[in-house]
Amino acid sequence: MSVIVKNLAKHYGEQKAVNEISFEAKPGRILGFLGPNGAGKSTTMKMLTGYLQPTSGQAEIVGKDIQLEPLEVKRLIGYLPENTPLYMDMYVREFLGFVAETYGLKNVKQRVEEVIKLVGLTQEQHKKIGMLSKGYKQRVGLAQAIIHQPQVLILDEPTSGLDPNQLSDIRALIKNLGKDKTVIISTHIMQEVEALCDDVIIINKGVLVANSSINDLKEKHAQSSLEDIFKKLTL
Amino acid sequence: MLAVFKRELFSFLSSSMAYITIGIFLLACGLMFWFFPDTSILEYGYAEMDGFFSLVPYLFMFLISAIAMRSFAEERKEGTYVLLATRPLTDLQIILAKYLACMVLVLFSLLPTLVYYYSISQLGLPKGNIDTGAVIGSYIGLFLLGNAFTSIGIFASSVTKNQIIAFAIAVFLCFFMYSGFDSISRISAFESISSVLVNFGIAEHYQSISRGVLDTRDAVYFITFVAFFLGLTKLAIGGRKW
Repeated sequence: MSVIVKNLAKHYGEQKAVNEISFEAKPGRILGFLGPNGAGKSTTMKMLTGYLQPTSGQAEIVGKDIQLEPLEVKRLIGYLPENTPLYMDMYVREFLGFVAETYGLKNVKQRVEEVIKLVGLTQEQHKKIGMLSKGYKQRVGLAQAIIHQPQVLILDEPTSGLDPNQLSDIRALIKNLGKDKTVIISTHIMQEVEALCDDVIIINKGVLVANSSINDLKEKHAQSSLEDIFKKLTL
Repeated sequence: MLAVFKRELFSFLSSSMAYITIGIFLLACGLMFWFFPDTSILEYGYAEMDGFFSLVPYLFMFLISAIAMRSFAEERKEGTYVLLATRPLTDLQIILAKYLACMVLVLFSLLPTLVYYYSISQLGLPKGNIDTGAVIGSYIGLFLLGNAFTSIGIFASSVTKNQIIAFAIAVFLCFFMYSGFDSISRISAFESISSVLVNFGIAEHYQSISRGVLDTRDAVYFITFVAFFLGLTKLAIGGRKW
């Protein structure tokens, strides 16, 4: 098990953004993290990546506790935040070099070269990030998440706002990365879940309402489409 | 940490903002010190830099607040702080990296003023008749003052998303910490504790170093001062309430 979450909770005063959820993610499989807007997906992801401190509960990334060894955990995780924040005034190569240096990588130049090729940024590599189209910004976001070869990838809505061509490119990329990593991906697009994910968890108002493989989930709900299941569980 | 420091510094140096603020600072220094009759050394007639060293703290309030205002406010506004916070770096390392990058800029703005020292020593009668010890002491004082103001600027930047508000808070805090305690101590109600109050202010310690007396108490004061404001910054950043 490379990601183990136990009773993880985040409270903002009275409001329970995430209410004691538990799940696991396995290596070599892609876990789809679903839920309506405001259900607590991003908050959970932010806690796993060490950006937010959980109110209670534990989580382990490849055997390391997120609260006891935060710096070690951050080395093991690649994270693409929601809305892909990037330094718009930096050049693509400069930014990726900077990210590589924050991880203390030795062969910075070579790694930058590799990820640029991997995410298909070769043509845009000399541009400023602010000049790129949304799809290419998303690729830069993916590139910064995988540059240190993390074992766990956490992607928060990696395909929002992309055109159909970019969509299939990014999906293929994620599928490819998922072969040897643990990937947790949040999305609102149900076809995407069916195309990409092996397992699904659904969260509603901070509470976990489903946690199984896609096939099991469909069987349990008498073969109705994933969309119907989602509606049934979260409305 | 080095990577963040380098990024901060390069982003300063690749934007026109740093050059313009430093340029204006140097222009203001030059005008006040050489041309404006009220403060000009040529009118004053003595080969001393005292006038310069009492002017610079007030210019520093604006210069340093302008340099430091973007450090956290911009990251908060653009949501890019998550890019730093999810790397294997502690909050303190990020704060220190930004702080040091600002300090390098402050040093850049101070370096050209060394020319004044040379000019005045040439203008002295006889040549070279200037109190070098006092000048060195005053530059050390200015450096420490710069550190104190930078820590205030970084803190002000961490409490708001808006750079203008960060700038305004920083200028006010710098002014208050510099001469505010001095003024408060002169209120008759506080007469009994006035010597304690004066010691809280930066001016008292800056002037004591400027006299050329290097006292550990002043050094301890500045170190505590910087640590206090950077600690406050850590508190403001740690909550992530934005």
